[in-house]
Amino acid sequence: MSLFVSQLFNGLQTGSVYALVALGYSMVYGIILLLNFAHGDIIMVGAYTAFYAMTAFHLHPILSVVLAVVTSTLLGVVIEKVAYTPLRSAPRLSLLITAIGISFLLENGAQLLFGADTKSMDTLVPGNVSFGSVTISYTAILTIIVAVIAMVALTLLVQKTKLGKAMRAVSEDMGAAQLMGISLNKTISFTFAVGSALAGIGSVLYLCAYSQASPTMGSMLGLKAFVAAVLGGIGSIPGAMIGGFAIGLLEALVAAVGLSVWKDAVVFAILIVVLLVKPSGIMGHPVTEKV
Amino acid sequence: MKNMKKLFCFALAVVMLLSVMAGCAAKTEQGSSTTQASESTASTETASNESADASDAAATDGEIDIAFIGNTTGDYAQYGIPVRNAVMLYFDQLNAAGGINGKKVVVKEYDDKGDGVEAVNAYNLAKENGITAVIGSVLTGATIGLADATYEDNMPQITASATATGVTVMEDTGEVRTNVFRACFIDPFQGQKMADYAVEKLGAKTAAIFYETGSDYSEGLKNAFVVEAERMGLEIVDTEAFATGDKDFKAQMTNIASKNPDIVFCPIYYGEAGLAIQAARQAGCTATFLGGDGFGSVKDYASAEELEGSVYCSGYAPGTEDVAQFEKDYCETFGVEEVPNMFAPLAYDASMIMAYGLKAAEDAGLEAGTDEYKQAVIDAIKTMDGVKGITGTYSFDSDNNPIKSVAIIELTGGEEVFKEMF
Repeated sequence: MSLFVSQLFNGLQTGSVYALVALGYSMVYGIILLLNFAHGDIIMVGAYTAFYAMTAFHLHPILSVVLAVVTSTLLGVVIEKVAYTPLRSAPRLSLLITAIGISFLLENGAQLLFGADTKSMDTLVPGNVSFGSVTISYTAILTIIVAVIAMVALTLLVQKTKLGKAMRAVSEDMGAAQLMGISLNKTISFTFAVGSALAGIGSVLYLCAYSQASPTMGSMLGLKAFVAAVLGGIGSIPGAMIGGFAIGLLEALVAAVGLSVWKDAVVFAILIVVLLVKPSGIMGHPVTEKV
Repeated sequence: MKNMKKLFCFALAVVMLLSVMAGCAAKTEQGSSTTQASESTASTETASNESADASDAAATDGEIDIAFIGNTTGDYAQYGIPVRNAVMLYFDQLNAAGGINGKKVVVKEYDDKGDGVEAVNAYNLAKENGITAVIGSVLTGATIGLADATYEDNMPQITASATATGVTVMEDTGEVRTNVFRACFIDPFQGQKMADYAVEKLGAKTAAIFYETGSDYSEGLKNAFVVEAERMGLEIVDTEAFATGDKDFKAQMTNIASKNPDIVFCPIYYGEAGLAIQAARQAGCTATFLGGDGFGSVKDYASAEELEGSVYCSGYAPGTEDVAQFEKDYCETFGVEEVPNMFAPLAYDASMIMAYGLKAAEDAGLEAGTDEYKQAVIDAIKTMDGVKGITGTYSFDSDNNPIKSVAIIELTGGEEVFKEMF
């Protein structure tokens, strides 16, 4: 039983990171129907920022975290302005290919800048705490708390603020929102900024868990978060959270019963099953095609 | 692209050195085992120089001719050159100290460029030049090619560095090439050694295993560990695995922590090993971590506290008493800052083993080059019992793999410190 609880926390910890990344995917898809495959690589840049801030410049961890989040946010907005805005009226496929191109650019740029080897640092939050026979690491507790706070803040932002209202309006109907006087450019940029900031937080939580940064770390993480977003219902914010935690728990469970080698296979099998059985995901609304 | 540029620069540098040495080649003493004070010796040239006067050298009484075959040029020359240098160093020192029973050992060197066909060509040339034993080759592929040829002639052969099973045992038939030996241990041997170490030195009763599926290295070590653990009465309480590329080991380590083993054997490479140990400590696992030589430089991949007490085995421990003299001699002779890799000391030991065999044949009063002589060399090496080299003590098992001591390296205060020979 205690083993099960421990594994539950492992799953929640991994799931928190997936959920934060999946939120970015979902929000961007919700607003401009773009699968932003460069999203995973924004996490990579965030992780490198935090890594160098702490190891090369010896900044305080909190300051480094802030720096990583700010860098990710700026990067997300710049990518949107440079690569996606000019293509807003282009076919969706062009946009998708551009996103993949940006992803390659970031990965290879990082290899050029930082080298292809894995950079490693000491564990950020060492130690664990035991409740009876259940041992939980401080990293897990911190990760889960930070992720939950970020999600609550995001929900408040989307539901209670004017900008959030604008975001919801744009995702509902871009044309009508524009006619109602909502600035499209501003709203879309803001969405990218929020999504990328969440990725920045995710990158720091990832560093806490694995304390390694490598140029391709974002690709697998991004893909799994994408699966989480699809599972939850892409475009849906609560869906992304549920999907992220579900994938994290599933991975921990699969590994716990000794099938760790099949972990990735199981995750991607989920993607196939969801697309076959319920393409709109857990929380998504089925879209009726209008003739 | 960067590597290409480096390679090109290196090639240019070699060409330049060649042209310089071409000028002084005439001054190089012929026929003796020359030790040129350069890392990038043009061995093809030396070989041809020596083959030119080999016919008379072979006939000379009071000399024992052997061949060194290895890749001293080409892509992996950074492995071949240190091996060549260490072999030359050993026999120069041996000759300076009076040789074997007063006879000098002449090492004729041939470059196989890391290629099996070239190695066999070099061997055939060496045979014409009257050699009686072969040291080489360096890379696994070339060594297997060479071993096929030497086996037909029952020519004593020892490699310093080829770790593949197929070098001493034909993989399709399981037939042992009785004439071929190696100075390095094969990968699975480390698993066996670490199981022994866990029981005998750490007093472990229970063990968990964490390995990488689909990796020959990891599975080889793991299987050997399991077999030896069973023999030693070490109970394996949990076996966990991960797929190549995975970084998330929390779930596996939580399982291991719940079984509370005395030790965890991780036959994996340093990057994953660091992550595994971090994850284990966070999951509350306090067991000692054991690894193979893949653990080398793990100190950069987890913190000092997490690693404290972990041990791994290695074929060679830099800076220990036994190798200190060798390291000093090597650096002085070849004008380098440090011994480039573990192949140099292993090549020095390979030379020692071959010299041991030659001495036995000489003691028996046999004539170099004859079949009886070669058999005597092989028999002597085969039956050697705990002969001390600089990387450990040597005996050989039924497959001609060395049974030797390994260097145990312990993680202490964030440093990898040599602990003992085991």
